[in-house]
Amino acid sequence: MNKRHFIRTLLATAILGTTVFALNAHADALSSAEKIGMIRIAVPQDFPPFGTVGPDLKPRGYDIDVANLIGRELKLKVELIPVSSTNRIPYLSTGKADLVISSLGKNPDREKVIDFSIAYAPFFNGIFGPADLSIKKVEDTAGKTVGVTRGSVEDLEYSKVAPGNTTIKRFEDNNATISAYLSGQVQLIATGNVVAAAVNESSKLRRLETKFLIKNSPCYVGVNKGEVALLAKVNEVIAKLKKSGDLNQVSQRWLQAPLPSDL
Amino acid sequence: MAYSFDFAAVLDYREVLVAGTLRTLALTAVGAIFGLSLGVLGAVSRAWRLAPYDRIFSVYVELIRNTPFLVQLFFIFFGLPSFGIKINEWQAAILAMVINLGAYSTEIIRAGIEATPRGQIEAAQSLAMTRSQIFRKVVLPPALSKVWPSICSQVVIVMLGSSVCSQIAAEELTFAANFIQSRNFRAFETYFMVTGMYFVLAIMVRQIMIQAGQCLIGRRRK
Repeated sequence: MNKRHFIRTLLATAILGTTVFALNAHADALSSAEKIGMIRIAVPQDFPPFGTVGPDLKPRGYDIDVANLIGRELKLKVELIPVSSTNRIPYLSTGKADLVISSLGKNPDREKVIDFSIAYAPFFNGIFGPADLSIKKVEDTAGKTVGVTRGSVEDLEYSKVAPGNTTIKRFEDNNATISAYLSGQVQLIATGNVVAAAVNESSKLRRLETKFLIKNSPCYVGVNKGEVALLAKVNEVIAKLKKSGDLNQVSQRWLQAPLPSDL
Repeated sequence: MAYSFDFAAVLDYREVLVAGTLRTLALTAVGAIFGLSLGVLGAVSRAWRLAPYDRIFSVYVELIRNTPFLVQLFFIFFGLPSFGIKINEWQAAILAMVINLGAYSTEIIRAGIEATPRGQIEAAQSLAMTRSQIFRKVVLPPALSKVWPSICSQVVIVMLGSSVCSQIAAEELTFAANFIQSRNFRAFETYFMVTGMYFVLAIMVRQIMIQAGQCLIGRRRK
C-alpha cells in the first residue's frame, strides 16, 4: 500500500465514520432506547429535594422518582446520569442522555436549544402561612407582617406588588426568615415551595401552607429537538402519572404538599 | 483599576439611608439613657454590697459580658416569643442594647464609685446627710466624672454594635446598606458611604456625650 492510497483510505474511513455517526445521532432516540432496553436520564444530585445522594450513596429525590416512574411506564431500564445545573443541557444536546429530568424550568433561551414536555413538578415562589390565616391573593396581605429573605427573587417580586400597609420584614438569610415565622415574629413568609417543604419536614411548630403564588416556574422534562416520538411518549406518560395519582404521591413524599391542580 | 464607581446608584436610595441613620441615632439615644441608668443602679448595688441586688447584678454582668451581643439579640427576638412574650424588632433591639450597655457600664461606674475616698463619705455622714443624699451629691458626681471618658467610648461601641440589629430586620443604618446593595448590587459604593456615615456618627455621638457630661456632672474637677 503506497502512501497516497493509505491517506485516501483513511479519508474515506473518516467520512464513512462521520456519516454513520451522524445517522446514528439522527436515529430516533425512543426506538434506539427500546432496542437496547434502556433509557438514559440526567438527574440532579445536589439539589434537594429534587435530587440528592442518599445515605446508601444512591441518588434519591423527586426527579429520581419521576425518572424511575417514566422508565416503568416505558418498560425500559433506567440509567441515571448525575448532572449539575450547568451541564444538564449539554449532556442532553451531546447525546449523553435521552432525557433531562433535573428541575428544569422553561425559558425562551432554553426553548431554542431543546424541547420541553408538559410540567411534571411544581416550582414556585409564593406566600406561605399557617392554615388559620385566610389569604387568597396579594390584596389579602394588607396590614399583615410578611417575612422575606432580603434580596431574594421573592423579595423583589413581592415588594413590587405588596399593598402599602403591609409590613415587610427583610431578614439576612432563609434561616432567619424561617425562625421569624416559627417564633411568630411574622405572620406570613414569602419563599420558595421547596424551602417551605423543607420547613414542614423538619418542624411541626407552625405548618406552612401555600397561600398564593408570586412567581411560577414549574419543572419540565427536557428532550432533544426533533425527538417527536420520545416527547409525545413522555407527555403521555406524565399525563397518565398525574391521573393515576403516582405523581401526587411523589409530590407528597418530597414536597410535603399535594400536586397543584393546575399543573 | 478596572472598577468604575457609581455613587449615584447609592444616592438614589438616600431616603433609606437618612431613615436608617435616624433610627440608629434613636436606638443609641434610648439605649444610652436606659442603659446608663441601669449601670448606675448596678454599680451602686455592687460597690455598696446592697444584698440581694449585688448578687443579682454580678450574675447579670458576668452573663452579659461573656456572651456575644448578636446571640443576646437573637435570644430576645426569637427566644422570648416562644415563652409567649410578644416583642417586635425595635423593642428587642432596644432591650438588647439596654441590657448590654447596662452590664458594661455597671463595671465602669463601679470603678468610679470605688475610687471615691472613704473620708469623703465619712465627711458627708458627719454632716448628717442621708444615705441617698450622700449618693446623689457626694459619691455619684465625682465617680461619673472620673469615668466619663470610658462611658463615652462604651456608648460609641454600643452605637456601632447596633449594626447587628439589622439581623432581626430592624431597619437601622446597616440594614439600609444591606437593603440598598441587594437592590443595586453596588456593594462597594454602598458600604463605602455607610462606613463614612458611621464614622461621622461616632464622632458626633462622642461630642454629644462629652457635652452631656458637662451638663450633668459639671466641668471635670482637677
